[in-house]
Amino acid sequence: MPETVSLTIDGLQVRVPAGTPVATAILSSGRTSFRRSVRGEPRGPLCGMGICYECRVTVNGQAHLRSCQIPCQDGMDVQTDG
Amino acid sequence: MTPAAFDVAIVGAGIVGAACAAECAQAGMRVVVIERDLVGGGATSAGMGHIVVMDDSEAQFALTRYSQNLWNELSSQFPADVEFERCGTIWVAADDEEMAEVRRKQGFCEARGVPAEILDAKALEEAEPNLRTGLMGGLLVPEDGVVYPPCAARYLLERAKDRGAVVRLGQPAIEANREGPRLRDGTLVPARVTVNAGGASSPSLTPGVEVQKRKGHLVITDRYPRFVHHQLVELGYLKSAHSLTSDSVAFNIQPRRTGQVLIGSSRQYGVDDLKVEPFMLQKMLQRAREYMPGLSRLSAIRAWTGFRPATPDKLPLIGPCPGQEWLYLATGHEGLGITTSLGTAKLLADQLLNRPAQIPVEPYLPARTKQGSTHA
Repeated sequence: MPETVSLTIDGLQVRVPAGTPVATAILSSGRTSFRRSVRGEPRGPLCGMGICYECRVTVNGQAHLRSCQIPCQDGMDVQTDG
Repeated sequence: MTPAAFDVAIVGAGIVGAACAAECAQAGMRVVVIERDLVGGGATSAGMGHIVVMDDSEAQFALTRYSQNLWNELSSQFPADVEFERCGTIWVAADDEEMAEVRRKQGFCEARGVPAEILDAKALEEAEPNLRTGLMGGLLVPEDGVVYPPCAARYLLERAKDRGAVVRLGQPAIEANREGPRLRDGTLVPARVTVNAGGASSPSLTPGVEVQKRKGHLVITDRYPRFVHHQLVELGYLKSAHSLTSDSVAFNIQPRRTGQVLIGSSRQYGVDDLKVEPFMLQKMLQRAREYMPGLSRLSAIRAWTGFRPATPDKLPLIGPCPGQEWLYLATGHEGLGITTSLGTAKLLADQLLNRPAQIPVEPYLPARTKQGSTHA
C-alpha cells in the first residue's frame, strides 16, 4: 500500500496517495469546474503542466495557485470556486 | 473642406486631449481630435488612475482639487468600465519625520476644506491589515479615488463625439501652423486653433516645449479582493518623487474594482525606450514588499511602462504658446494627468472662449517657462 495523505477539498475530507497533484485529487473527488472565469464560465485543468493557469484554486488560504503543480500534503485545505 | 472647418484641432487622444475635446464640444466649438495611435494608449494607459489632491504647491493643490470635484460631479454618468471608486488615499508614515508630515498635510487639507483624518499606528493596521507592523500611522484622505484611465479617456471622447466632435485616428500631426495641423500624409486639418495634448510626445509637434519623458513601471496582479482597501502611498514618496534627476521607486499601491492590485511606482529620466527593465521592476517590487510583505505571495500577471510628460516646475502647460496665438498647449501633467485632465479641459476652454475661470490660470500658462519667456 502506498503512503497516503489526507486533505480537505471544499470541506470534504479525502485521502489520496502521497505525491498526488492537487488537481488530480480534485478531479477524483468528482469536480471538473475548479474556478469561474471573469465572465462566470466554469474552468478546470487544461494543460496539466502549469502553463495555462486554468486550474487555479485556493490552497491554505492562498488564492490563484495552480493545482496541477502542487502535490497534496497532509492537512491541506483546498477551496475550489467552480 | 473650407479653411477653418474646425474651431479647434486637438492633437492627442489621451485623457487630457479627450477631456479637452469633450469640454470644447460641450461649449459648442467645432472640434477635431487627431490621434496617431490608440485612444488613451500613451501615458494614459500607464497611469494608475489615482484621482488625488496634491499639495506640493498652491497651484498644484488648486488644479487637483478643482479637478477632483469635477470627477465627482461627472461620476454618476460613467459607464461601469470607467471603474470610478472613491476608495480614499492613505499616505503612510514610516517614521517620526513622516508622521510630522502627516500632521502638516492634515493642517493643509483642513485649512482648505479637504477632509483628512490622521490615523495612528493601530488605526492604520485596522484599515490595512496587510501593511507591515511597526509603521507610525498615516493620513486618510477619503475623497480621493481611482478610475481606469483608458476607459475614462474613451468615455470622454465619446462625449465629445456625441456633441459633434470628429476623431481622426491612425496618423500623427507632424506640424502645426496658423491654418491648422498637418498630418503625416500631407493633409491639412483646417482649424483656427491647434491644441498640443501630446503628453510626452508633445515636443515633436512643438519643438522646444519643456516637456521631458519620465518613465514609469507598473505591475498588476491577479484578483485578490480585499487585499488592499485604499490607495496607499508612502510618504517617503515625497523624498523620491521630487528628485529632478535620479531614478527612484516608491511604494504606491491601488485596489482595483476587479480585485486586482496595481503596484507602482518608478521614476526614471533619460530613458527613451518603453521596455520593461528588470532592475527597476525589482527595485519597485522590493520597495512594495517592504511595506506589504504579503505581496510576495500574489501572482503578477502583467508589467508595463509609460512616459510621464514632466515639466521643470512640476506644473502642466495650459494655454497659448507665446508668439503663436493659434497654438495652445495642454500637456506636461507628469504623473497627475488623469486627475487634472478635467480641470485642464475647463481652463483651456475658458481661455479659448474668454470665459472666466474657476481657479487662477496664471500658474499653468506656458508663458511662465523659459521657452515662453524667450519667445515672448
